[in-house]
Amino acid sequence: MIELKGLHKSYITGNNKLHVLKGLDLIIEQGELISVMGSSGSGKSTLLNVLGILDSYDEGYYKLNNTLMNNLTEKKAAHYRNNMIGFVFQSFNLISFKNAMENVALPLYYQGVSRKKRNQIALEYLDRMGLKEWADHMPNELSGGQMQRVAIARSMISKPKVILADEPTGALDSTTSLEVMDLFREINSSGITIIIVTHEKDISEKTDRIIYLKDGIIESEFISKN
Amino acid sequence: MFDKEKWQEIFSSLKNNKMRTTLTVFGVFWGIFMLIIMLGLGMGFKSMIQEGFGDFATNSLLIWPQQTTKAYKGFPRNRRYMFTNEDVQTIKEKFPEIEFIAPKLRAFGSEGANNATRGTKTGAFSVEGTFPEYNLIDPSKIISGRFVNNVDIKEYKKVAVIGKYVKDVLFDKDENPIGEYIKINGIYFQVVGVLTKGASNISLGSDKDRSIVIPLTTFQKVYNRGNEVGFCAVTAVKEANIAQVQQKINTFLRSRHSIAPDDEQAVGGFNLAKEFKKIFKMITGIGILIWIVGTATLLAGVIGVSNIMLVVVKERTKEIGIQRALGATPFKIMNNIITEAIFLTASSGYMGIVLGVGVIELIKMIANNSGSDNPFFTHAGVNLNVALMALFILVIFGVFAGFIPAKRAISIKPIDALRDE
Repeated sequence: MIELKGLHKSYITGNNKLHVLKGLDLIIEQGELISVMGSSGSGKSTLLNVLGILDSYDEGYYKLNNTLMNNLTEKKAAHYRNNMIGFVFQSFNLISFKNAMENVALPLYYQGVSRKKRNQIALEYLDRMGLKEWADHMPNELSGGQMQRVAIARSMISKPKVILADEPTGALDSTTSLEVMDLFREINSSGITIIIVTHEKDISEKTDRIIYLKDGIIESEFISKN
Repeated sequence: MFDKEKWQEIFSSLKNNKMRTTLTVFGVFWGIFMLIIMLGLGMGFKSMIQEGFGDFATNSLLIWPQQTTKAYKGFPRNRRYMFTNEDVQTIKEKFPEIEFIAPKLRAFGSEGANNATRGTKTGAFSVEGTFPEYNLIDPSKIISGRFVNNVDIKEYKKVAVIGKYVKDVLFDKDENPIGEYIKINGIYFQVVGVLTKGASNISLGSDKDRSIVIPLTTFQKVYNRGNEVGFCAVTAVKEANIAQVQQKINTFLRSRHSIAPDDEQAVGGFNLAKEFKKIFKMITGIGILIWIVGTATLLAGVIGVSNIMLVVVKERTKEIGIQRALGATPFKIMNNIITEAIFLTASSGYMGIVLGVGVIELIKMIANNSGSDNPFFTHAGVNLNVALMALFILVIFGVFAGFIPAKRAISIKPIDALRDE
């Protein structure tokens, strides 16, 4: 499903070159629930951005669903992001002037689905998150856990191949964090690949496979006991 | 266009910054408002000038004899000469580009001394002899009766067309002057018409209301002027170049009156067409100036909008990042920002146009109600095409105002936009 081979990525800031990913090899199969761990600066966010086609890479290759993701136009990249990838962020990143339902429906808006239809689908997803009665509420009227569940619903609505979650529990308390992880497991059981970047051990232990990054390469890998 | 998501976004950023939006929009509003006011009054100005010309033949020329400045063929310099009836006749036949030629003679020494009397009433007026054609070049308004006609000319009739003021002086208030006799320099003339100045504010020579017009041929006999003619008004047919016509006539007259071919001073001339053209050019120039000043003012307003859109993009960087992560194409992002810029300029501009037209109409209404006949105010106005043109310019400007911020927005990489806090 996801295939990375000899992936290199450097950032150039002024005269300094920061080599972040140093020849990373990784294969992720369809339906995996995987977590990426590592200290800050290990390259885990960069990896996630490359996987999410939010950022480019310098060397090697990245295949998503057997399609090479390289030198894409912005239009093409937007298309792939929209159809194959769902994003969940640490700070939820909901649009402040749209209510919960409209936020969930947004990816379908970019696909050109009619307003009526996409809102109806969005309601179904909110229902699955147990948030149906919150559909009309604006993000600032929701709790952190509710916002993250809205964000997760949004990431799922376009039926992506993979959901990329960047510290999804970073802004949540431990009870809510566990609820969110249960939600991810449930979604995963329906066949969607989920990649979670985290630095919390008890979060990563909820996944099937844990990858440790250090200095831009995979240091070690574990299969979780679950 | 009627995409709710898009407008939701536009209005949310406008609503969150009401003061900023208002101030920004005011620049554009003011620019278009001033443009409309200037255009409206410019229109009034143009009508004022044009009404001043009235029905005066614009493609016309005046010529008159002056003193020669060069000795030629045995004649000394500083010789005086006059045009003749034959000159006029020959010129008319020789040059097909001439539409009308109307000679004129005026009585000298009429100033001060009373020259027209009727019974006990008397007054001093200008007496002019002319051809019927004259009334086609420099039209007078005939209040009653008629102008001099060809029969009058041919038969040396002693008839007179009198100015309105002349009538007031020589006749009682409700007397009909037509058919009555008046004495001009001791000779009886029958009044056949009363005239006043025409629609044109241009006046050649004397005040029409205070003059008496008689047939040229009669004038020549009465004042013992032989076949002399003073000055001639000439109009050319539309296609003809009046300056060339003037040259041809001058050359012809010089050879006929034994004047040196290079003696430009001998035949006096005034090219009205040239003067008219100058004035029309000036009007056009003023019109262009109005558009330049107006659009420049407008541009200042639009730059304000562009500036604020840059700020909006900066504020929304993260939001744009989210949208792009969710699959918004760069086109969609640009489209939103440009639409917002167009919306800002077009809506504020529309208000400016409406208010500008309102103010112009108000000026017009007040001028009309107060009975003003100054076309500067009564004919001020903005026509629909101009208003639509202004609106069109606004939309174009709106696109430009949005373009740079939109480019900026999509030049930010989605990842940088997402990181923005």
